Amino acid sequence: MTTAHDSTRLRLVILTVLVLVCLLVGLAAGTVPLSLGQVWHGLWRADTSASVIVRDLRAPRVLLAFAVGGSLAVCGAALQAMIRNPLAEPYLLGLSGGAGLGAVIAIATEATGPWSVPLAAFVGAIAAVALVYRLSVVAGRRLDPRVLLLSGVVVGSFAGALMSAIIVLSPAAGIRNAFLWLLGGFGAASWRSLGVFAAYAALPLAIIGLNGRNLDLVALGEEPAHHLGTDVDRTRRVIYACTALLTAASVATCGIIGFVGLVVPHAVRTVARPLHRTLLPLVFVVGGSFLVLSDVLSRTVVRPLELPVGVITALVGVPLFAVLLRRTMA
Amino acid sequence: MILEARNVTVRYRGRRQPALDAVSCHVRATELVAVVGPNGSGKTTLVRALAGLVRPEQGSVLIQDRPIAAWGRADLARVLGVVPQREEIVFPLRVDEAVMLGRYARLGPLGAPAAADHAAVATALDRCDAGSLVDRSIDTLSGGEWQRVRLARALAQEPAALVLDEPTAALDVRHEMEMLELIRSLVDGGLAGLVITHHLNLAARFADRILLLSGGRLVAEGAPGEVLRTETLSRVFEWPVAVTTWCDGSPQVVPLRTGEQAS
Repeated sequence: MTTAHDSTRLRLVILTVLVLVCLLVGLAAGTVPLSLGQVWHGLWRADTSASVIVRDLRAPRVLLAFAVGGSLAVCGAALQAMIRNPLAEPYLLGLSGGAGLGAVIAIATEATGPWSVPLAAFVGAIAAVALVYRLSVVAGRRLDPRVLLLSGVVVGSFAGALMSAIIVLSPAAGIRNAFLWLLGGFGAASWRSLGVFAAYAALPLAIIGLNGRNLDLVALGEEPAHHLGTDVDRTRRVIYACTALLTAASVATCGIIGFVGLVVPHAVRTVARPLHRTLLPLVFVVGGSFLVLSDVLSRTVVRPLELPVGVITALVGVPLFAVLLRRTMA
Repeated sequence: MILEARNVTVRYRGRRQPALDAVSCHVRATELVAVVGPNGSGKTTLVRALAGLVRPEQGSVLIQDRPIAAWGRADLARVLGVVPQREEIVFPLRVDEAVMLGRYARLGPLGAPAAADHAAVATALDRCDAGSLVDRSIDTLSGGEWQRVRLARALAQEPAALVLDEPTAALDVRHEMEMLELIRSLVDGGLAGLVITHHLNLAARFADRILLLSGGRLVAEGAPGEVLRTETLSRVFEWPVAVTTWCDGSPQVVPLRTGEQAS
């Protein structure tokens, strides 16, 4: 008993150290590289030259990347349990596309502002999930996870096409920037955008966390989950609404970033137990760290230019998707 | 009465014929009831109706004399353990984790399982002779081991009734007999048991009563000797059979070959 306790504690310490290292790397790296000492002074002393970079630019950027990465990873883990397929994630299920379309429509109709774009994105994500669900339930037959994923990819592509059309045709000022924003990135991160994201994300994250045991049961399949005491329909509605809200908040603040929800839960399941009560918090911190490091790469590999962070996550995610696809279809 | 169906009719969407047509049945504590019948006769639908998975178009289901609609999901899982026919593994758990899922209806959303929960899991595993499997991943188990673990998960619910849908499908003779002996001993220990099976002869030897379904209707019900009759079975299964008697007095069904006559 003691050894199990000790090993858990040791793992927690290692994980905390790794997360802190990721955050520090995020604060130090960039167009102007800073030493750890400069980061430290910049954090605690307002009068240093590094303090503007660290406090006003990088700290909100790193924290936003961490929160968005964690949220997307949690969405992936929850959706994978829901549709019982390790390939599920917000991007591949069309949620991100739907959210992007909603956000683009809000920008094109000049309904901008910190609150309206995430709301429109949420409506888009919910509509996308409803459409994906509808498409994959053929003649009342039971949901085939593979058909669900295929529908997700199709709905995502369709939303992408509509977004492109709106961006090209809309006369609204600022819509052209939407192209860059859609590729995903934290270049525009601020304390304000972090606050908006946190306001939208806190509740759905907490609700998904409280549904960890329901997700364990739903991952067994509809019938066993029912017999073991879960209201499957209710769990499904709650999880879809929460993942749609999280995806919408992410897309509205930093564009479409794919594959975080695919890569991270898979990686965490290789070292941790697949029970969601403990899996979800782990997935959150690892997802956050993964996106912070991806963001660091995006702003350092072609310095002084920045790559969209979605490019980095796709470069990692697509090969892993291919491997997982072969394994699940085998 | 632990489980009871009164005149239950179930019709699936888009189907004209009801899957279950005015079926009544009941199971008491310490009683093992076998449900038999051809493919598509409504056996699994009966289990789904008794477990509250499908809502009857007519009639009612009562669990411990209370209408099923009055039960919350978690409350129902504390009195009714169901082992469905098939279960595909997507995320492989360890055996002890899989059996702990049977305790979820008694756990809150966040708290760790208490000593009583761990004890219930250990007891359930022991009763199913699966104690040695605790550290194994469920995707490495044989068919028989996996069935025992699923039964242990249902026992960890500490239910008053056990419902099993073809618990011995795909098991060899030894594992099949071990599973039925185990179910019989659990029922003798106080549970109410309902088992769906295609094995008429084993139903005759283990069950107290047999329900014979055909086309969604209950065509015969009673002690094995009253239900397993040559004419009834030949008609319901649309195949000639002969019925003999085993030395313990239970009827044994022998399907006849084409052109063969019962002697």
